[in-house]
Amino acid sequence: MTPGDESVAESARAVHQGASAVRRVEAALAHLAETEPRLHAYLHVRADGALADAAELDRLGPEARAALPLAGVVVAVKDNLVLKDTPTTAGSKILEGYRPPYTATAVARLQAAGALVIGKTNLDEFAMGSSTEHSAYGPTKNPWDVTRVPGGSSGGSAAAVAAGTALVALGSDTGGSVRQPAAFCGVVGLKPTYGRVSRYGLLAFASSLDQVGPLGRRVADVAQVFQVMAGRDPHDATSVEGPPGGPVLDATGSLRGLRVGVVGSQRDQAGPEARTALDEAVVALSDQGAVVSEVDLPHSRYGIAAYYLVAPAEASSNLARYDGVRYGVRGEGQDLAEVYLHTRGEGFGTEVKRRILLGTFALAEGYYDAYYLKALKTRTLLAQDYRAAFRSVDVLLTPTVPETAFRLGEKLEDPWAMYQSDVMTVGANLTGLPALSLPWSVTAGGLPTAIQLTAPWLEEARLFSTAAALEASRAQPWTGPAGEGRGAS
Amino acid sequence: MILDNGAEVIIGLEVHVELATRTKLFCACPSAFGAPPNTAVCPVCLGLPGALPQLNREVVRLAARAGLALGCTVRTRSRFDRKNYFYPDLPKGYQITQYEHPICEWGALDVPLADERVRHVQIRRIHIEEEAGKLMHEGDSLWQARGSLVDLNRAGLPLIEIVTEPDLRSPDEARLFLRELVSTLSYLDVSDLRMEEGSIRCDANLSLKPPGFTGVLEELARVEVKNVNSIRNVVAALESEVRRQRAVLDAGGRVVRETRGFDEVTGSTLPQRSKEAANDYRYFPEPDLPWLSVDPAVIEEERERLPQLPGARRRQLRERGLAPKDAAVIAAEPAAARYFAGLTDQGADTRLAVTWMLGDLARLLNETRRGYDESPVGPAALAELLALIAGGTLSGRMAKEVLDKMFETGQSAAIVVAEAGLTQISDQDILAEAVGRVLAAHAAAVADYRAGKAQALGFLVGQVMKATRGQASPDVVNRLLRERLAADAAV
Ligand SMILES: [Zn+2]
Repeated sequence: MTPGDESVAESARAVHQGASAVRRVEAALAHLAETEPRLHAYLHVRADGALADAAELDRLGPEARAALPLAGVVVAVKDNLVLKDTPTTAGSKILEGYRPPYTATAVARLQAAGALVIGKTNLDEFAMGSSTEHSAYGPTKNPWDVTRVPGGSSGGSAAAVAAGTALVALGSDTGGSVRQPAAFCGVVGLKPTYGRVSRYGLLAFASSLDQVGPLGRRVADVAQVFQVMAGRDPHDATSVEGPPGGPVLDATGSLRGLRVGVVGSQRDQAGPEARTALDEAVVALSDQGAVVSEVDLPHSRYGIAAYYLVAPAEASSNLARYDGVRYGVRGEGQDLAEVYLHTRGEGFGTEVKRRILLGTFALAEGYYDAYYLKALKTRTLLAQDYRAAFRSVDVLLTPTVPETAFRLGEKLEDPWAMYQSDVMTVGANLTGLPALSLPWSVTAGGLPTAIQLTAPWLEEARLFSTAAALEASRAQPWTGPAGEGRGAS
Repeated sequence: MILDNGAEVIIGLEVHVELATRTKLFCACPSAFGAPPNTAVCPVCLGLPGALPQLNREVVRLAARAGLALGCTVRTRSRFDRKNYFYPDLPKGYQITQYEHPICEWGALDVPLADERVRHVQIRRIHIEEEAGKLMHEGDSLWQARGSLVDLNRAGLPLIEIVTEPDLRSPDEARLFLRELVSTLSYLDVSDLRMEEGSIRCDANLSLKPPGFTGVLEELARVEVKNVNSIRNVVAALESEVRRQRAVLDAGGRVVRETRGFDEVTGSTLPQRSKEAANDYRYFPEPDLPWLSVDPAVIEEERERLPQLPGARRRQLRERGLAPKDAAVIAAEPAAARYFAGLTDQGADTRLAVTWMLGDLARLLNETRRGYDESPVGPAALAELLALIAGGTLSGRMAKEVLDKMFETGQSAAIVVAEAGLTQISDQDILAEAVGRVLAAHAAAVADYRAGKAQALGFLVGQVMKATRGQASPDVVNRLLRERLAADAAV
């Protein structure tokens, strides 16, 4: 048995009832030793730390354990979330050897609930990319087909969950970085409402778009982890409290009368496999009594353009702190200017530099109005589109990605093609809306497809109940990757 | 100030004032001065990866208070922006400031000039921003330093920047404006106002307006002198800039718009290296902070709690008969104003109170480097002494001695007087005898007086005072001497 075969609830229940958390970590580490050489999902495996945490959990009395909703749940954390004294690189050379002195709120909340962090997962450098090939420490492979990318930037987290080395994982989603790899790796991925999960301790890429989100094998797993992490954090001024109430997942609800809007333009942009998955999901929804109609988001075609102005602009500022003065790798130089040039010139990879340059340009005096300000106006128009759509529908349905996982190296030399991977996901980031990617089917080629649900502000509960109903109705029982990446189980 | 070539001096100031909050602007680190380097720091003010700012609401209150005192409108909605530039004292690579939507806008400060004139200086805006860290280099400048050390204790301390319109017309007006501004702020408990510790710094803009110029001032080539750290240096920098720009124009040249630094050693301004000056700060809205909302109730509360400010105090003091200069000195700082109010509350005579407070007491405080609020002789004690003078028990000269002793020992006037046996002698019989002896001993002076040399009387009074060890009542001695000299002459 691998950790991934249990649900979060089952795993926690077992530990509540006295099962050893140490044994769970040992099993996860053993599985990881098998899969990791092929997948490279992790940048740092926290074997000793996770075992020590598990041992501490095992020493707790039954009552103390029962109070921990995630007792003994093995989680993986994207390496752009800080965990005290544990290496955090964000996939960049510039932070090689850096050990943060504090823990991100999202991670701390999982740990406080009894979760055991087994390692830090691979990502595109500073979360900039859609394939995890932009990691300075080498790409992660897709567990379904190791010649393919796992998506990105949370590719390591998606691969870890798909391969079963962690039950759930944390990622971050700036333009689709949780949902797109979730779709490529056949797992569930949530981008919560902007602010619903604290960003404190998340290495900022684009602050107004970034959001920490969970990935898991099941909707219920993702919902449970989300519930533990969510909520206002005094350390993050942009964080918000969700609506009061009980569990965010009401799996007993029916879809009868649920109004679902299919975004026509995005259906048209989908490749044949993604379109088939979408159409099947529409049928499944209708079968369960949902009312499906087509809606239009007229400004969504400007989404990618707006995203690739806002995100690099904010990134150009957010990444200024990596200057070699206080932490990370410092370049050699005769004077300060040279130190800056060498630190950043050698420390950052090509894609990061590309975006810093793009963002610096977009914010430059004389260009601000034409680029950054215009992109902000586009965000406003896009938000109006979504608001208008949500007057007639309860959730939006689209593909998560236009196509299935592409081959390693396929788009590496073509940034523009790579950026198009985000075309269906950036809308939720630009508007702050919650969105969830649900694995839908497996293609003839053996790769997962996915659909994406988007709900109004703070309506994660609606995403979970809709996704859970669809999950239960999926054409084929979900088995996860059968490919070589998964390893023997 | 109009130069002899007809050009008019146009000056605007940007004054940075460090606010006296317990903690920093965006984190809970203490704002205490003098801690060992890099000990008052945390992930937020170190700019560690993943850290986010949390706004200290106390800063908002202080900024609003300063704005209200300067007649500004306090915005219920304002916003933070990022100012991006690289420097080792700036941990995040950007400074969080308010660029487009400052918290306070459009106020004014009326600055008293010489000859009862007033300069109405408009305040364009006041915004909140964070302080940078401190650098110490080995070598001439950071860019050539052999080694540099960074102390981030100061990084993230709260500042307000007060920006004036170009309404000042001479370096001296700039000095008077800064004095009046510091004086106003000193009543508000918003800042420690310690110049030497950098709690106030100034950027000064200066341009020369040629005679006959009719365009808008913005069209003039404006030179900005950055980061000057005392009122004296601001004046020196502006004066040197007037001379420099004048020389450029006289030589037929054109003044270029640029940023300069002030060199304290040479007392002149120097162009800043283009690397430092040619920054495009790429301002954009700070995405880590929501719009700053200020509760109108807080604004009203602050407005109601505003103390009486120097301008109003000066007017009030002058209505009570004080000379303009005395009123200005007393109103300039809260400790002096409180001290004076304490004196008059105790019933001290206004004229005596002014004379003694700004005279001998001020001298003693100066000598011991103390403020009015640290005086060993409090207002009640001084009022007691003044009552003895007013009642004729002590002469001025004796009172001086008594005050010295009170200042030294902290004893009350009554005790000092009793212990030293220092009561004024007003007894006519005793003094008449002394006067007789003095007249007999100084026949030459008597002759001089009779010959019309009035100052000889002063000499004779002095001799009587000396003979009585200063205890004689000068009024009585004066009268007796005149009477005797007049009577003897008639004989
Ligand atoms: Zn701090």
